[in-house]
This record gives sequence, structure tokens and C-alpha cells, in this order.
Amino acid sequence: MVESNIIRRPVLAGRSALGSSITMTVAAPATRFILRLDPASASAVGSAGGFDVSGPINSVRGSNGKLAVRLGPNEWFLIVEDGEGAALEAAIAASLGDRFHALVDVSHRNTAVLLSGENVVDVLNAGCPIDLSDAAFAPGSATRTILGKSEIVLIRPASGDGWRVECWRSFAPYVFEFLTEASR
Amino acid sequence: MLLIKCPYCGQRPETEFKCGGEAHIARPEDPSALNDEAWADFLYTRSSIKGVLAERWMHSHGCQRWFNALRNTHSDAFLITYEMGKPRPAVDENGELK
Amino acid sequence: MSAPFRLPSGGRIDRSKPLTFTFNGQSIPAFRGDTLASALLASGKVLFGRSFKYHRPRGLLSHGSDEPNALFSVDRGPGRVDPNNRASVVDVTNGLTIETQNHWPSLDFDIGAVNDVLSPVFVSGFYYKTFMWPKSFWTKVYEPIIRAAAGLGKPPVAPDPDRYGNRHAHVDVLIAGAGPAGLAAALAAAKSGKRVVLADEQQEMGGALLHETTAEIEGKPASVWLSETLAELAGYPNVTLLPRTTVFGYYNHNHLVAIERVTDHLDRPGETIRERLWQFRAAEVVIAAGSLERPLAFADNDRPGIMLAESVRVFINRYGVLPGRQIVFATTSASAYQAAIDARKAGVDVTLVDLRTQAGPEKALAVSAGVKVMSGYTVIRSEGTKRVKALIVAPVDASGKVSGPRVRLVCDCVGMSGGWTPSVHLFSQSRGKLSFEAERDLFVPGTSVQAERSAGACRGTFDLAGALNEGFAAGAAACGSAETRNFSASPVMTGFKAVRVLPTDENPTKVKAFIDFQNDVTAKDVGLAVREGFHSIEHVKRYTTTGMASDQGKTSNMNALGIVADILQKPIPAVGTTTFRPPFTPVSFGALINLNRHGLFDPARHTPIHDWAAAQGAVFEDVGQWRRARYFPKPGEDMHAAVLRECKQTRESAGIFDASTLGKIEVVGPDAAEFMNRIYINAWTKLEPGRCRYGLMLKEDGYVFDDGVVARIAEDRFHVTTTTGGAPRVLAHMEDYLQTEWPDLKVHLTSTTEQWAVIAVQGPKARDIIAPLVDDIDLSPEAFPHMAMRSGHICGVPTRMFRVSFTGELGYEINVPADYGRAVWEAVYAAGKPHGIVPYGTETMHVLRADKGFIIVGQDTDGTQTPDDVGYGGMIAKAKPDFVGKRSLARPDCVAPGRKQLVGLLTENPQELLDEGAQIVADPNQPVPMKMLGHVTSSYPSAALGRSIAMAMVADGRNLTGKTLYITTPKGFTTAVVTGTVFFDPKGERLNG
Repeated sequence: MVESNIIRRPVLAGRSALGSSITMTVAAPATRFILRLDPASASAVGSAGGFDVSGPINSVRGSNGKLAVRLGPNEWFLIVEDGEGAALEAAIAASLGDRFHALVDVSHRNTAVLLSGENVVDVLNAGCPIDLSDAAFAPGSATRTILGKSEIVLIRPASGDGWRVECWRSFAPYVFEFLTEASR
Repeated sequence: MLLIKCPYCGQRPETEFKCGGEAHIARPEDPSALNDEAWADFLYTRSSIKGVLAERWMHSHGCQRWFNALRNTHSDAFLITYEMGKPRPAVDENGELK
Repeated sequence: MSAPFRLPSGGRIDRSKPLTFTFNGQSIPAFRGDTLASALLASGKVLFGRSFKYHRPRGLLSHGSDEPNALFSVDRGPGRVDPNNRASVVDVTNGLTIETQNHWPSLDFDIGAVNDVLSPVFVSGFYYKTFMWPKSFWTKVYEPIIRAAAGLGKPPVAPDPDRYGNRHAHVDVLIAGAGPAGLAAALAAAKSGKRVVLADEQQEMGGALLHETTAEIEGKPASVWLSETLAELAGYPNVTLLPRTTVFGYYNHNHLVAIERVTDHLDRPGETIRERLWQFRAAEVVIAAGSLERPLAFADNDRPGIMLAESVRVFINRYGVLPGRQIVFATTSASAYQAAIDARKAGVDVTLVDLRTQAGPEKALAVSAGVKVMSGYTVIRSEGTKRVKALIVAPVDASGKVSGPRVRLVCDCVGMSGGWTPSVHLFSQSRGKLSFEAERDLFVPGTSVQAERSAGACRGTFDLAGALNEGFAAGAAACGSAETRNFSASPVMTGFKAVRVLPTDENPTKVKAFIDFQNDVTAKDVGLAVREGFHSIEHVKRYTTTGMASDQGKTSNMNALGIVADILQKPIPAVGTTTFRPPFTPVSFGALINLNRHGLFDPARHTPIHDWAAAQGAVFEDVGQWRRARYFPKPGEDMHAAVLRECKQTRESAGIFDASTLGKIEVVGPDAAEFMNRIYINAWTKLEPGRCRYGLMLKEDGYVFDDGVVARIAEDRFHVTTTTGGAPRVLAHMEDYLQTEWPDLKVHLTSTTEQWAVIAVQGPKARDIIAPLVDDIDLSPEAFPHMAMRSGHICGVPTRMFRVSFTGELGYEINVPADYGRAVWEAVYAAGKPHGIVPYGTETMHVLRADKGFIIVGQDTDGTQTPDDVGYGGMIAKAKPDFVGKRSLARPDCVAPGRKQLVGLLTENPQELLDEGAQIVADPNQPVPMKMLGHVTSSYPSAALGRSIAMAMVADGRNLTGKTLYITTPKGFTTAVVTGTVFFDPKGERLNG
């Protein structure tokens, strides 16, 4: 094979937000999949390739750094630390056997920003119109929604006080700048 | 900004949705069997009523599922939203769910 | 300058914090807590501006947000000049600079005041009647003059340096207004533990309690009860208090929008936002918006010094300012007696003139306080120009006619009250239906449409205890509780007699009794409008302009409505009200735009290769939200020269093009081919994995919707590409059919647009350039033919490599995961340099494809073309029983002869470039209107042909091949010959390299 030293060059590489009322960092590159699976199959298997697919719609389940965000009745967004996608794909496929599913690698489609701090909800609500209070969006919640003029996937993992904002690659500078401005 | 109850995600603001026009207009099984008038009717004729209308909505910035809704086009009140494939809920003469 | 009208004590101002500001160049002292209005009155100023039409001297009418006259330009520094601020709501800050408006050369001497003398000319509908003829005068004479004279303040010229915020907030109970009713509602709601927001437009919460120095609540002075209540509310973690926050819009489904003024009251605003837009979604709303006092209509009721009676009381009690030393109150309302009593307590000479012959218990109280009360008197007119000097009053008999000699009451201030109008604005915006109480002459909230309830004065409950009780019950009910509370509170003076225009013995057509102060609309103007046939209140409003502009008729609506109803001899509900629209008070554009400006105005989408192109000096163009490199000029080159060079070099050696913005959709599942068959006109079943096909899709109406190359990755997996702009709508279109028409198909769709960077390498040297970078894909023409796709690696990273060509040359489109895109691009470019590779942009891409007659959906099509119209009819898989749009292709109109068809056009002069969009006719000498045959869709200078080429949609175009047609140019008609659309390499031999 042609020798290569090409490494991933994420869109927000090197960005940082200063003087912000929240802590905002660019997430490390990740391996990501969209998994489409019938709800019945998901209930039957419980997990796929180590991803917990047992959660309800608009939840995030995670263990061992493997986040499984259920975006809809038959759609999961799987996120794991950047690594060997092909092996994961094989593992997921193996868990699902001949149950109908679709798995698409979207590792590079998205990028993510990590937020934490007391003011995260206020900052997000500068552009996100949904109720993000603990009562309505408890830790363990996640959803596709809007931030200003960009679509995002908002993830609030069950553990820790952090939030993860995923968006498409080309919207990342906008999302980052929006959050920066909203948190100034 | 309307508040719309996605059957899968619950109450969400209108900006997360797109409206797909009148519902319960099924694409004919065999379009070639329709005469020109019937096909034009399928393509273009919509009821456009003032009152309770069944509409298609998609939670495009959410679960991305299409669903149906009964909306009063005069008051903008949503009577109910329901999953694709389910029958249209009945409405009485006052425009309320039966 | 001193403040001679400041009382030695009293008021809520902080006398330990003196401030100064500048008013028309003059330094004015003030205290923290003052508004511009109170500080100016304290300094003895009463002339605050010139009226809109007649340039009459005007002072202050009100103390609140309903003020129509005193509009100032407020200067907070460069870029922070803001016109039309109401003096009564702007908090004084140190160093603020204020200018009055609508006068020239000065406030005291205003040339425009000649309009007042000419006023018989300025009747209702003046503009409509006067500036009709001659027609040619409109644009050249009338409009420029009217525009120069119109308007009040001047818009700022410098960019606004301030920042503005936005907050979506979900609350259980939103309470609009923090007067007695709103506070009581908050007390009730707070205990529920639910999320409660209490918003109030003023700098301090309390509403009427802020100037209540007489009444007691729960046995305490109102001010004590107020501060205890606010402290109690502040102690609830579930309650948010938002002072300086106006709920200005009530929209669908309890979406209410408010503006919070964050820094305008601060001397040094610092770095924070100036204003915040709140977008509430409330489960329940309590409207406690209070009420607005009605002015009285009498001749010259607009002279400076004449203000609303309650405003006199507010300035004395809340700000410690005397609006005058000799005050006359003119009233038809009990509440003015309390104002008179409070003014008398402040030590000035007070007379009260009441049109009513029978007053309530308030009369005895006023008399005993030392107020001279004249019952059964009307006001004939005022005297004075820049400040009121006297009020001329006269007795009336039981029928309301003037029945005795006039009396001249010398004064320097008049407080007038015609009663009260509930502020039903928010209720009405919520689409609630108003009901009219004829006996009390009040529009009050009737039938609710949304989850809201009104309490207090805004629903006609003017009594203090009543408002508190009602507010509490409303707050409890908003939380689902039936709890009530009986507050003890002093009785207050309520009740009024509604009178539209005060009786006079003067000719009513000769006097100016103002109804709408901001728009200079008088009672006779409204009357004239009705007599001229404008019987709908909405028409009267537009014809006379009453109720328009920044105050939206807060003080004028009821009087105008009453006059119309009286003339028409109809009950008020039959005349109806004008529509209450948001915003309740003016809102800055900055707050409405909030974060959405500069770089955040719209997302600018960049490809992974963008920064490389920018560094190379590329010129970009917007394609939707994408910024795409349009061409790469060398020093001294214009677009034309750069594009010719890029085209030439690509066809001679190779070009490299960033196609990353192409939409991409992964179609996966056992029914994927069947799904593709139904969506596209083409056949997909037999396409082998590893092969590509150009796909064309229609909408159900049979017209071309989108196109793109599709590769079959595996039996159950397709890699679909779409146009750049079409990506979202194509995915939505596919999802729609999949979910709603064919839910039985086992297929799923995923957008992969941004997963892949796409590097197009096109030209005879393309294979040679990429060969050294690839070792697990056999690039030989036999192993990797045109319209094939291979998976493998390039530069060591995974790729889906397409052998496709949008140029007619040997070409590859190299898909690599986006984060590798830049590095692979640079590697390919480096490898291509020895071969003479050239980076090219969208403009060259357009020319190269036009050489080959490839269409661009959206440029050569406009949503009314069938596949046959663009010459692609042969792609239709006729054997397929159905696909989206198929049935429509058989509609009579789609098969009728003479449809417009895509053809090539070659100008007779090979260097002449047709205009895209230019119209085409067969005979330039036919009479106008000519029969248009079609229009030019694409037109370029072609490097390959050394001449211009064009494509056009022309009626029956293919049958006109070889014919000469006439095309419009800015200078007249030119000629071109109809040709086929493939201009270059018609046999496609260059695809082989």
C-alpha cells in the first residue's frame, strides 16, 4: 500500500473559546455510525456490537465510551472513540445476524463540541428552542434539534455534567461561533 | 410559532417541522390505470378548507418521521397527531374530536 | 442648571445618586431612578418636541409607555444613536445625550409650524386628495418632498456596536405585568413550585403601587407591601423576576415574546448584551397589563403642560417632581380626584373641573383636602402655545350644553382624565375575543382562545382589593388550583363617564381637539373621514392615520372609536375595534435579529478543501449556504481569462476540482434497487455492483427534479449523488415516498454528503496523476472502465473512486472521508504538478459540461421540463411499470407537439456571447407583443471551440435545427443558428484519455 502519514484533520481543530461563561472544548475525532433497525429487533438484541440499543426514543445510552443515541423509532446514532471502523461494523453486523438493518459510516460527516458548566442550558437556549431543564431533558437524554440556523444532535450523557453537541462538518464553525457568542 | 406534538418525540416547536400538505391522499396503486382527469385530480386538487384539515407533517429536525395531524386551519389548533398509516380520527360538526 | 420643580423630599428616586445628562446641548440634573421625563420636568422643561403633521409644540402626555409626544433621539455614543425613544420610559444615565426631533431650525422656533396655520389644508386623506395630479409630479415632486418632511426621528447611520441576546424559555406560568394583580398572581403561583416568570416593562416592579402613597394593603402602606412582596418572590427559586422586560407579542400556542433591556439603564454597560429577546413557551399565561388613561378631547388639548391626570400624580409621588405650580384637573373620572388630592398635598394650588354634575365620595375628600372642585363644567379650550397658560371652562346643563359664562382658570399644568381603557393588547393578540361593557364603556377580555387569563385593570377591575384578589385567583388557577385570597386594601376612587369630545359652544369644525396626538389627528378629522364614507374603523384608521405609528393609538383608540360610533349612531361593538398587533411597544431591530448577524447571519458552509482554495486566491461564489471556489485567477487575470485558461489546461492535461458539495445519500437494504427503480426514471435492477449510472428523477408531475451519478456499492447498497443545492430536498423527497407510500420496502436512507470529500481529477493525464497514489485499485481502462466505481485506498486512506466525467474527459471523482480530504487533495495536486494540473472552479466546470451538452438542473431546467424536453427521454426505462412522475409524462400537455426543447445555439458572430435569460423569437419584425419561442439557459465562451456556445429552451426546438433565430440583446436582436447540444467531441472519444 502507498505509504501514508495522513491523519484526520477535524474541521474545528485548534479552536478554543476564551472568556466564556461555560467550558467549551472540541471533541476528539470519533468513529460514528447511523444504525437503522426495527424497534422490535432492537428490543430483541438489546445491544449491537457493544452499543446499548435498549433506550427509548430521544435517549442516550452509553458504556465503555460507546454512546448509542436513539434519534427516532428506528434510528440510532453510534459514537465511539476514533478507531477501527471496519471491525466495529463487523461486530454490529454479527450481533444483528440476519435481522434487517442498515449501517452507514458517518465518522467524518459530523464533528462535536463538548460543553459543561452551570450556564450550559442558558447558552444552548439562545438558539435551541426546546425545553432543556432537568425535568424535561434529564441526563441520559438526547435528540436531534436546532441551534440557531443549524441542525444539531444534542446529547446529555447520563454520567458527568457534560453535554455533547454534534453537527455536520460544514456547520461546525457556525455552531462553535454561535455557542461562543451566546456564552460571552 | 406553533407547538406540535410529534407522535414520537412529544411537543416540539414548529421550526423543527415541515408541513407536507393535505394528508390521506394516497398515491394510486397503478397510476397508469387512471384517466387524465383522475390523475390531475390526484396531483393537484386539494380541499384547502377553513376548518379541520388532515395534514402531513415531518419532524425534519427531530426524529425525521412523517406523521399526520388534524389542524384547524382557522385557529391553528392541533386536535391530534397520529402515526402514518392510521385512519383519520373522526371530528364532530363543531370541529372537535369525537 | 437647577431643578426648581423637584420636591424637597419624597418619591422613589435615589437622591444620594445625582446624575447629569444633556438635553439639546443643555446639562440637566437628575437622580438615579429618574426617567428623562421626570428629570426634565424637574428642571422646568415642558416643551419636548414638535408634532408630526402641524409641528405644534408638544410636551408630555403620559408617564408611561403610552407616551405619544415626547419622542427623543437618544445618543449613547458612536453607533448608539436611537431615535423615537419615549422620554417617559428612558432611565437617566450619567452622560446620556438627548436631542428632540421633528423641528427645524430649533425646538423653540420651528419653520414647520406654518403647517399649523395651514391646517385647514391638512384634512383627512390630505395626501390621497392632493397629490393625485398631474401624475408625472408624483415621483419627481411630491414623493421627494413628502419623504423629506415625513417621519419623526432620524435613523442611525453607523453600524450598531452593541450585542443582543436571545433566550428560549419554557415556563409553567408567565405573568405579564407586575402591578397589584400581577404580583398577587405571582404570589399564588410561586407556592406551586412551578416555573414562574414575572415580567414587567418598568425599571421597578409594582405598577400603580409605585406611586400609591395613600392606599394600604393588608394594613401596610402599599409601598411596604410592595417591597415585602418582591422580597418574598425573590426568595422563591422557581420564580424569575424580569423587570425592564416588555412582553410585546402573544403568538400561537402560548408563544410569547418579550424584550429585556439589559444595559440601557447602566452608566457603564460593560461587555454584556444590550437587550435580550425572550421567547417564552408558557403552559399558562396571566395577563396583568393594567389600563391606560384616556385623554379628554377639547380645543388645543395638546399644549405643553397638559397631561394625563394620573401622570401628574406619578410625577409627584414617584419622582418627587411638580409638573406645575398651578394645576387644573379636568375630568370625567373619579381617579383624577386622587391626583388632585396628592397634588394639593404637595403644596400647590389645585382646581378640579368635572364635567359630571354628580361625583361620588371622592368629591368630599378632595374638597376637604383643599381642592377647588367645579362640578358640571366643560373645558372649552386651553390658552398658551409653548406652555399652557390657562384653561377656559364653562358650565353645562343636564343635557350637556354649555349653559353659562366662561371662566378662565390660570394654570401652568393641566391633568386630564377621560376614564380608563383596559390594556387588552396581549389578550387580543392571543386571538381572544373582546366583549364590550356598554355601561362602563369598556372593552374587556371575553372568550379565551389560548391558555391565558386576565386579571386586574386589564379586565376592567380597577379597584385595588379587587385587582389583588383577581390576580391571586388567576395565579392559582394557572397552577390548577382553585385557591382564592381576600386581600384587605383601601378603597380607591374608580368610575368614569365616557365622553368622546367635551361639549363646547364653539364651532367644532374650527377647533383642534386632538384624539391621536402622535399622528396629529383631531376629532374633526375622524368626523370628516366618517362623513366621506369610511365607516369601518379599520378604514378610518388608515385614512386618518389615527392609531398608527409607534404608540399604536394606546391613548386614542377608544375616543376615535366612540366618535365613529356616535356619528354612525351605532353601538361601539358594531363599529368594532382595530386589530391589536405586536409589538405592544417598539422593539429594536437589534433585539429581533439578536445573534443572527455578521458571521452568524447564515451558516457559511465550507468544504474540507476550502482553506486550500482560499490560500490559492480562489474567488468564491455562494451556492446555497456553500461557498464554492468559482475560479482561480492568476495575477492580472479576470474571470474570463482565468476560466479560459482553466478549461484549456484541463482538456490538455488535467484539472482538479472540489466536488465535495455534491449531495450524497446512502441507500441501503434488500429492496434498495426496487426503491431506486421507483424514484428514478432509469433502470437499476441490472446495474452491477461496482458500476455507476447517471440517474434522473422527476417529481410526480413529470418534471425533472434532480440528477446525479449513482454507484452501486453492493447488491443492497447504492451511493447516490445529487446536485449541490438539491441534497436536502432530494433526501426529503425520498424519505417522503419511503415512509408514506412504500413503508413496506426494506430500505433506509442516510445522508452522507459531508462524510465524503470529493476530488474530481479530469483530463487526459488524470490516470497518470493518480496512479502513483493508488496501489490496490487497478486503474487500467479494462479493469476500471468509464462509469465504474472501485473501493480501495488512495494515499493510504479509504476511497470510493468513481470513474465519471462531467467534462467529457477521462476523469475520476475520488471520494475520501472528509477529514482526509485536504491531505489527499494536496497529494493529488502535487502529483499532478509535473503533468500541468490546474485547479478549476465552478465556472470552468459549467463551461466544460456545456461543451458536452450536459444539463445543470435548475439552470437549464426550471421545474417545467420533462426528460424528453431536455433530450434525455431515451433514459426512461420504459419497461418499468411505474416510477415517480411516469404517469404524468403521458398527460396531454406533456406529449403535445411544440413543447420547448433544449437545443444548442451558435451565434453567427463566434465571439458574440448571448445573455442567459435572453428571449428568442422567430421573426424580429412581428408586431409587439411578440411570440416568444423560449430563452437562453446557458451561455459561455468555450475554450475548446474557440467561440461562444449557448443552450436554450426553444418551442419545438429540435425541429428547428439549422434555422436562424433572433435573440434579444441590450442593443436589439442578434441571430444564432439552432444546433444540437453536444458541441465538443460528439463521439465521446476523449473519455478514454
